[in-house]
Amino acid sequence: MSEVAAASILPKTDGLLGRISDLFWRRPGFLLFLMLLPPLLWLGIIYVGSLIALLLQSFFAIDDFSGLVVYEITLDTYKQLLIPANFDIILRTILMAATVTVASAALGFPIAYYAARYATGKWKAVFYLGVMLPLWSSYLVKVYAWKLILAKEGILTWIFEKLHLSWLLDAVLALPVIGGNSLSISYIGTFLVFVYIWLPYMILPTQAALERVSGNLIEASSDLGATPGQTFRTVLLPLALPGLIAGSIFTFSLTLGDYIIPQIIGSSRLFIGQAVYTQQGTAGNVPLAAAFSVVPIVIMGVYLWAAKRMGAFNAL
Amino acid sequence: MTSAVSFSKVSRHFGAVRAVDAVDLVIEPGEFFAMLGPSGSGKTTCLRLIAGFEQPTSGHIEIFGETAEGVPPYRRNVNTVFQDYALFPHMNILDNVAYGLMVKGVGKAERHRLAEEALALVKLPSYGARKPGQLSGGQRQRVALARSLVNKPKVLLLDEPLGALDLKLREQMQEELKSLQRKLGITFIFVTHDQGEALSMADRVAVFSEGRIVQAGSPREIYNRPRTRFVADFVGSSNVIAPEAMAKLGGERKWASLRPEAIVLAREGIAASVKATSFLGSATRVSVQAGETALSVMVPAGQPAPEVGATVRLSWKPSDVHYMEGEA
Repeated sequence: MSEVAAASILPKTDGLLGRISDLFWRRPGFLLFLMLLPPLLWLGIIYVGSLIALLLQSFFAIDDFSGLVVYEITLDTYKQLLIPANFDIILRTILMAATVTVASAALGFPIAYYAARYATGKWKAVFYLGVMLPLWSSYLVKVYAWKLILAKEGILTWIFEKLHLSWLLDAVLALPVIGGNSLSISYIGTFLVFVYIWLPYMILPTQAALERVSGNLIEASSDLGATPGQTFRTVLLPLALPGLIAGSIFTFSLTLGDYIIPQIIGSSRLFIGQAVYTQQGTAGNVPLAAAFSVVPIVIMGVYLWAAKRMGAFNAL
Repeated sequence: MTSAVSFSKVSRHFGAVRAVDAVDLVIEPGEFFAMLGPSGSGKTTCLRLIAGFEQPTSGHIEIFGETAEGVPPYRRNVNTVFQDYALFPHMNILDNVAYGLMVKGVGKAERHRLAEEALALVKLPSYGARKPGQLSGGQRQRVALARSLVNKPKVLLLDEPLGALDLKLREQMQEELKSLQRKLGITFIFVTHDQGEALSMADRVAVFSEGRIVQAGSPREIYNRPRTRFVADFVGSSNVIAPEAMAKLGGERKWASLRPEAIVLAREGIAASVKATSFLGSATRVSVQAGETALSVMVPAGQPAPEVGATVRLSWKPSDVHYMEGEA
């Protein structure tokens, strides 16, 4: 009898690896458990754990006289958020995050649309490179580069001068509240840099969502008598909405939490991130810092709940 | 009477590719017209030219006497049933069907009533609240049909609508489409690569090859009197016989087609040996070799089918041999 003929139809395995494979095949749940254990430990202990520690802090308060944290559950720290100086910080941050998000969506959508609908082969690669390239260099370098661009003696002022449009720049800077002495110390400057820094996070999920919208849905809509505008409102936008919402979660929450951009570019008025930074550092008021940190969490929760209520995730 | 759709010298080129090449075509109102051809033969591009998704590179298209060039799809009273149905995944079935009415500004109550009617027409009443993802392929196909019909189009375009269905469902839908078309009197233009489907459903068939129409006519004409070898090959299970072989078999020295059911097993005639048989239910297909020529013969059920390896004698009426155009 030859070797080949001796091979069994259902051969047994002898090796250890073979036995392990067989065990996993018989108990797929065990494999899943082993795979999920490390990330769950990481998320559960390090991530959620520290979040809970932070939340707990916010329910303590600081003793005004001694400056020490009093470990008693109280809502006093949250009340402090409502005093005008602190509430202004929250309002300012939310407004900035909202305008940055809307602007990112308006700028990002056409780019994402082009990439998903028209770009193929080489142009697709150019798109990914173009969108990702800014993410490769340090965030600080980019922000300081923008400081130079936007400064009073910066490139932008020079360009406006050369184009004989200085009056336009001056008119923009003369706007109340959002204007200022130069772009680099105005809300407009902060806004521009936020949009620049977070734009890729809006484009990529939007492009992924649009990529999944089959081209003949657009054709079907047109075939059924919808003008391009109607097709956009009733087919394209609803189907791209989960991507836009995902992108807006990035742009909105990243803006809510950032403390470096408004510190380098903008008026000296504080944003939530800066408030957290100063409260836990120089001011030594960890409970108030924690309470400030809870604000973005609550806002994002409300935002997602509202988005779900409006049917933003129906197309998922 | 104005024709429903007329093409005169219509071409659509994509770079160097002539997807549609100087096509002349007239489709009458109320006709069930099939465009038949292999993939890449230009039939789908023709359909897209009528729908308005493509514009002709040259030539002139009229739809019910009106010039169609430059008119966008959303301003054509023509609707399409897409190959993969293209139902809107984020809308329920009722809103899908009512979509065309919605964009035209028909009120909610009215459009939902009309959509319900259209769903009843395709035998899917009370499915309105479901999402497309919850329906089977056959049901989605009916929804796509209802979504088009609710707009009362003058011309309905169907792009391989039955391609994704299984055989039984496909046969059922063929009959339903046919009776629906008779009932509504709408011009149906149907693209398919399935010759059986085209022949059984259409009033007239145009056979496409390489961007041109090779032959247009009634299914009977196309089947019995194919104009070229290509048509004979593509449309039928017909025997296509080369000029030399035809001469040897006692006919003219021309390309010829001979339908398998026209050949009978007789006592006298051309000797042939049986190579294979396949039982089809209503008949048995017998592949025979007569000299150098391979032929297929249809033996009706009820007659004894020969065994493989047996020698049989074949005969046919000379009038059943159809000679085709093309080089000898």
